[in-house]
Amino acid sequence: MSTSSETKPLRPAQETGLLSWLGTTDHKRIGVMYFFTTLVFFALGGAESGLLRAQLAQAEQNLLTEEIYNQVFTMHGITMVFLVIMPLSAAFFNYLIPLMIGARDVAFPRLNAFSYWVYLFGGIFLYSSFLLGGAPNGSWVGYAPLASDSVSNMGFYAIGLQILGISSLAAAVNFIVTILNMRAPGMTFMRMPVFVWMALVTNFLLLFAIPVIAVALFMLQFDTLFGAQFFQPGSGGDPILYQHLFWLFGHPEVYIMILPAMGIVSEILPVASKKPLFGYAAVVFAGAAIGFIGFGVWAHHMFTSAIGPVARSAFALSTMFIAVPTGIKIFNWVFTMWGGKLKFTTPMLFSIGFVSMFTIGGLSGVTHAIVPHNAQQHDTYYVVAHFHYVLFGGALFGLIAGIYFWFPKVTGKMMSEKLGKLHFWTWLLGFNLTFGPMHMSGLLGQPRRTAVLPGELGSTVELYNLLSTAGVVVLTGSALVFLYNLLHSIKRGEESGLDPWDARTLEWLTASPPKHHNFDKIPTVTHRDEFWHRKYAEDESGMPISVPAGASEDHDGEDDPDEHIHMPDNSLWPFIMCIAFLPFGYGLVFLNPWLFGLGVLWMVVGYFGWIVEPLAEGDDDDVPDDVHDRPTVGATTH
Amino acid sequence: MAADVQATTLGLDHRKLAMWTFLGSEFLFFGAFVSAYLLYITTTAGGPGVEIFDIPFTSISSFVLLMSSLTMVLAHNAHAHGDLRRMRLWILATAGQGAVFLGGQVYEFTTFYNEGLNMTQSPFASSFFVLTGFHGLHVFVGILMLLSLYALSLTGKVKANQDVKTEMIGLYWHFVDIIWVVIFTVVYLIPEIAVL
Ligand code: HEM
Ligand SMILES: [Cu+2]
Repeated sequence: MSTSSETKPLRPAQETGLLSWLGTTDHKRIGVMYFFTTLVFFALGGAESGLLRAQLAQAEQNLLTEEIYNQVFTMHGITMVFLVIMPLSAAFFNYLIPLMIGARDVAFPRLNAFSYWVYLFGGIFLYSSFLLGGAPNGSWVGYAPLASDSVSNMGFYAIGLQILGISSLAAAVNFIVTILNMRAPGMTFMRMPVFVWMALVTNFLLLFAIPVIAVALFMLQFDTLFGAQFFQPGSGGDPILYQHLFWLFGHPEVYIMILPAMGIVSEILPVASKKPLFGYAAVVFAGAAIGFIGFGVWAHHMFTSAIGPVARSAFALSTMFIAVPTGIKIFNWVFTMWGGKLKFTTPMLFSIGFVSMFTIGGLSGVTHAIVPHNAQQHDTYYVVAHFHYVLFGGALFGLIAGIYFWFPKVTGKMMSEKLGKLHFWTWLLGFNLTFGPMHMSGLLGQPRRTAVLPGELGSTVELYNLLSTAGVVVLTGSALVFLYNLLHSIKRGEESGLDPWDARTLEWLTASPPKHHNFDKIPTVTHRDEFWHRKYAEDESGMPISVPAGASEDHDGEDDPDEHIHMPDNSLWPFIMCIAFLPFGYGLVFLNPWLFGLGVLWMVVGYFGWIVEPLAEGDDDDVPDDVHDRPTVGATTH
Repeated sequence: MAADVQATTLGLDHRKLAMWTFLGSEFLFFGAFVSAYLLYITTTAGGPGVEIFDIPFTSISSFVLLMSSLTMVLAHNAHAHGDLRRMRLWILATAGQGAVFLGGQVYEFTTFYNEGLNMTQSPFASSFFVLTGFHGLHVFVGILMLLSLYALSLTGKVKANQDVKTEMIGLYWHFVDIIWVVIFTVVYLIPEIAVL
């Protein structure tokens, strides 16, 4: 309501300082917090991988004990999957989705803050296990009954992932509603940027995959902590059930990790090629198809488990089938570049890196799908090579491309192109040096998840391992270049101007960094690649020609005295409430009813604080007197 | 219906769309537990199996839960007409029936326990207790939401024109009921008939 600025604010309203971050509900700030948090976890996960590679640099080494090695590789996997790739994608979702669909925030800004804080505390909870009796040591898949064995530390795993799942689930609901329900006028489904499409598919995958792993983890937790018998063969329990549940989540999960990066690359390639995306509809359709088929291939992770020949054949077929939509996308990317005016900027280099490295990973994936082949490869370093080519060479390259590409949007400055290119080439080199040789050592029989490299595998395998370790050194240097470039550019980067890349989508229509309310006036969309169409018309031969200046910016509105833009207030409740996950989790792991009770109580109090918190802008369903001046699509008020 | 202040792309209130989305996720949650139960239905490790169920007793508590969906509808109906007083009455009735159902579940669990069925005994027992236990937890959360709706409508935080709040909790409550119908049929009735 228009009076809210005059009366004393009912909810925290700081715009700078610590409290402004703890209480923020601005999707852009939350995106930035996600981003920096993932950097910290990436450093931790990277350090762990350094330990692993140090141990494996030579055969029969004992730098780490076997127990520590198990903890380190388990935490490395959990960190990279759940604390780096997924939340880094969430950082992009947060920052970009509202801007790209022409909205002022997400549908539920406080729930959005909640997702972030749950993620942060979930990560802290997992890492605290190092100090509290040992980190999880049964691998990121946590197979039972090994994981429920008395020597395992998998209680932290079962509960930590559960907490992180809550974060992802809340975010999924939020983003799905935002994308479906808050698009600017004219932004039909087939005009949405591909990144938004991939975000939509990813969040549906999360929505349906998370409950399945939640069930698997609950069963594991009950087995581990309360003596239930779900996976205990002694009383007839079936360990294969755990594998089914885990991979029913786990395979969609790999697409949860790759689709956002595919979306990012699908935005960057057209910009850097000065051409629209080749076959927009095919890319979107392939993304959706991957989403569906992704739920029907899980047992390809279990070809060597007792699932029977019929299941093996069926899942081999479906797995080969899922490579088809993936291949479609690769062709679309290549044809987007074909004949374009390519500009090899850093984001473009990383995008091309993505396409090529991901293709290698996809091809080794198809070899896994051949059952007899798989029997040879399963649990060897060949599989490790495969999933690093899709996750590191794929997802991470794509996400880094996105960092370079949208850095000017977030900060109004450019990252250094020189350092960016140095980063790219060393990154590419280090990556291939680290993971390329694993194909070979794996095919020669090097087992995965094994603390000591057996000397009997011979000197060729030892050489490959030494190369891998050398690759990590290159990667570390490269990461430092990136970090320096990032931090330095935040402070001293060159001004980027409004449209440094000659971009195509709505987020570039507004200021960089965008104002709190994103758009002064919500744009009306008439084209796919709306921003591009505001800048260029076509001559008779179809070549783009610039429209005279002035058409592209979003600067009406500000001088319209009647417009009131209502942005959601800050709130500390999501933060306060999420602290409860610590006592809650510890209470469960250590079977301490007091801590557990404290956590539950705290959560309930936080929940009530949340729902009774006053809404300075007026209650959701009140019809304010100025309703006619309100933007038709914007942030809601809760 | 309360006026939708801000038009949405699909014309559906954000909160309702969110609740539907969330419930879609919940279906898979219970689906996975029910599948595990069916897998283990005869894996009793020598302990009691499905014959332990007391169908008449559970039918009655199921009936109470089903009826609570009716009072939930009445509560929303009252709220939609701006009648907070009647809305509160029906809300209390709904929560009360939910509590009766939970009481029945506690009684049932203790009886089974005394008859020698406990969670650590067999995969069958684990999957039975954990599945129905999680359903009970959902009912419990529903009761909490109903009671807070009741309390907040007294303090004026929930207003007469905000029936979308009652509707949302209603959506959740009906979902929990529907899941129970599935559980009652698949977990109790069909195996019992098959055994007889
Ligand atoms: C062309 C599509 C793909 C095919 C045909 C494929 C196939 C497979 C198969 C059959 C396995 C099991 C190997 C074994 O353990 O014996 C596997 C493992 C794996 N894949 Fe893929 N994959 C594909 C794409 C991807 C993508 C896009 C990602 C992630 C971004 C991914 C991540 C993984 C991971 C993490 C594992 C190892 C899981 C573990 O055991 O810890 N894959 N893949
Ligand atoms: Cu898979």
